[in-house]
Amino acid sequence: MSEMNGNANGNNRIRSAGRLLGSVGLPTAIIGVFWLFTLVAGHFVGISMSTLVSDTIKRAGMNGILVLAMVPAIQSGTGPNFALPIGIVCGLFGLVCSIELNLMGPAWLLVSFAISIPLAAAVGYAYGRLMNAVKGSEMTIATYTGFSIVALMCLAWLMIPFQNPKMGWFIGNGLRETIQLDAVGGAQLLNNFLMFTIGDVIIPTGLLLTFAFFTALVWLFFRSKSGIAISAGGINPKFARATGLDIDKNRIIANIISTILGAIGIIVYSQSYGYAQLYTAPLMMAFPAVAAILIGGATASRAKVSHVIIGVVFFQGLLTTALPVANEVFAGTDLSEIMRMIIQNGIILYALTQVKRGVQ
Amino acid sequence: MENLHSSSKNAGSWILENIVTIIFVAFTIFGFMVSSGVSVGYFFSELSSRIFRNSFLVLSLIIPVLAGLGLNFGIVIGAMSGQVAIAIARYFEMGGLSGLSFCFVVAALVAALCGYFTGKLYNKTRGQEMIASLIVGFFANGIYQFLFLFVVGVVIAVPATHPMIKPDGVGIRMTVDLVPVKQGGLKYALENIYQIPFVHALLILALGLLALLLIRYYWNKRRGYGYRNSMSSLLVNAAFCLALAGVAVHAMVTKSQLLMVRKVPVVTGLLIIGLCVFTVLIMKTKLGQDFRSVGQSQHTAEVSGINVDRTRIIATMISTVLASWGQIIYLQNMGTLNTYNAHTQIGMFSVAALLVGGASTSKASITHAIFGTILFNAMFIMSPEIGQSLFGQAILGEYFRTFMVYGVIGVALGLHVWNTNKKSRITVE
Repeated sequence: MSEMNGNANGNNRIRSAGRLLGSVGLPTAIIGVFWLFTLVAGHFVGISMSTLVSDTIKRAGMNGILVLAMVPAIQSGTGPNFALPIGIVCGLFGLVCSIELNLMGPAWLLVSFAISIPLAAAVGYAYGRLMNAVKGSEMTIATYTGFSIVALMCLAWLMIPFQNPKMGWFIGNGLRETIQLDAVGGAQLLNNFLMFTIGDVIIPTGLLLTFAFFTALVWLFFRSKSGIAISAGGINPKFARATGLDIDKNRIIANIISTILGAIGIIVYSQSYGYAQLYTAPLMMAFPAVAAILIGGATASRAKVSHVIIGVVFFQGLLTTALPVANEVFAGTDLSEIMRMIIQNGIILYALTQVKRGVQ
Repeated sequence: MENLHSSSKNAGSWILENIVTIIFVAFTIFGFMVSSGVSVGYFFSELSSRIFRNSFLVLSLIIPVLAGLGLNFGIVIGAMSGQVAIAIARYFEMGGLSGLSFCFVVAALVAALCGYFTGKLYNKTRGQEMIASLIVGFFANGIYQFLFLFVVGVVIAVPATHPMIKPDGVGIRMTVDLVPVKQGGLKYALENIYQIPFVHALLILALGLLALLLIRYYWNKRRGYGYRNSMSSLLVNAAFCLALAGVAVHAMVTKSQLLMVRKVPVVTGLLIIGLCVFTVLIMKTKLGQDFRSVGQSQHTAEVSGINVDRTRIIATMISTVLASWGQIIYLQNMGTLNTYNAHTQIGMFSVAALLVGGASTSKASITHAIFGTILFNAMFIMSPEIGQSLFGQAILGEYFRTFMVYGVIGVALGLHVWNTNKKSRITVE
């Protein structure tokens, strides 16, 4: 904990190797070692490394922005955004609206963003207000707010009279559970942009550039005046209030940004995946994202952009590697999914035990 | 019912406090009005079997609330312990009452151990117990799956021909049939001991409640606790009991549809009543008082010499053990073990039921639990019907039902925190 705080302060720019090790948190170290172990195991059972690396890069890029959405929420002091599904359904709504308008390819993608961002901003504002009203129990309430919204949107997907046959059931009303994005030329749209290969490793340039763009944006934002104000409110609310900062307003801004990033994140995720998953699919999506940023070295009250990158690569890398390795070693079992559940929730629990007592 | 008296002072705040309950009552009545397809017989059969199935689980949530741990979503761990016990009993083909007792003992041991560790975890995540309990449920589910899908078969050798093991010899099947009790299984092991018609049960229950009310009234008076009695609430409750008894007698005399309702299991009922009595009695012991004081203020309790950590762990252990028994009661009634799904929703549904009954993060009682179970399950039966009759799609009602579950938890917790924050702000200023 203390090392991490020191790290967050960022006053030791030049670190010796020993201090570097010291500043790596326990979760990061465990997952890193574990990943290395599965990689070695994978090498010995003869799994192609280049496929693993390609998949890891792709999945890290896919999930990156969803994990990035955690940064503003954590920095503002509301804790990890367990209500990420709210942003996600905004993104999905923009996405299906854009299909409904019969758009194809890049136009479809841009209009999806254009519809979902203002929507997410509005919803994020309301959500921020809610978080201010329930200070002290944000994480629990956020989880159930997210769940409720997903369940409510299940009704909406069924009842909104969308007409486009590309996404309706063949009989009856309502949208399909998974919508193929091939039909609108949206599958792997960003991934294929300027894609190239190094040896057998595929680099989805467009996807990585998108992720890098938003990462840079968030990084810059937290160096701007209002970004610093948000961080200050998160570190010490009383002090920040004494300095004349409007903490409630800052928390709302942070949650708006987080919700917008969630919306953008799911669109990027869906295009890379090739399908948009509606109904109950977003229900549990917050937890892997929370786990990823915690693996990267964030705590429930401090997070940096670097934590996002490290966390998403490590976590997705481990999951990508573990699936074929587990299938190879223990054929016929679903061990990798079980492992994901244990690691993901174990990491979140660990982070919860580190929350300081006074937070309440 | 009991709230009715104090409520008359300030209707506005009463409505705000009981908003969740009111929404549910309104929803169920609305359901009856719009849906024509539900017969009285079907509704009460479903409702009574659901109440007997779920009450025990909901009641297991009360003690952690009183001990200040909030709503223990971690009862899923108890449920899993119960399922482990049932799986063992099923594997060795134990059945009947002896098999059931074996399940209860094994489940209690496993659940006590798990409860101990969960309690330790809650002590480390003070102030965030509810989210921790939710996540620890997911975490335990991972371990549970590891145990049932991997350890059984890979580590512990099992014959692939056993009916509960997957054909390839690794892991337990998705659904395991708990052979009916007549063929030496666990299905209906409790129910089949003794059953009585629904209307008789209703009559006995109404008269029993009435007797309880009167006895309590006189005891309070005799011992000089007269201030605890309130004439109006006694009258309201007694009238309610008499009305229930009247309905039962009327049904018996006129041979109405209520006679078609499925029979009710007496032993399950007795167990539920037993748990109610246990909950009341334990709160009168030294331990119960410790729960209460820890729930009021951990600091004050610590200062007055109570071992807060230990008390909280005990509360969690009791809750987990009770939940494991509740799950066994639930499963022997269902008759099949949905190995990987039966427990996942238990925590949320039970919490939602308790909250619907009018409980909150810091107050819960038997009345809340029982009233909540009735109301929640009534909603559960009605929603697909409403979806069907209003929109022609039953699935819509099911989605709506899920929304209600999450929404209820969210709204109830949110309102509670909001109220507490408002109060503390007033005292600070």
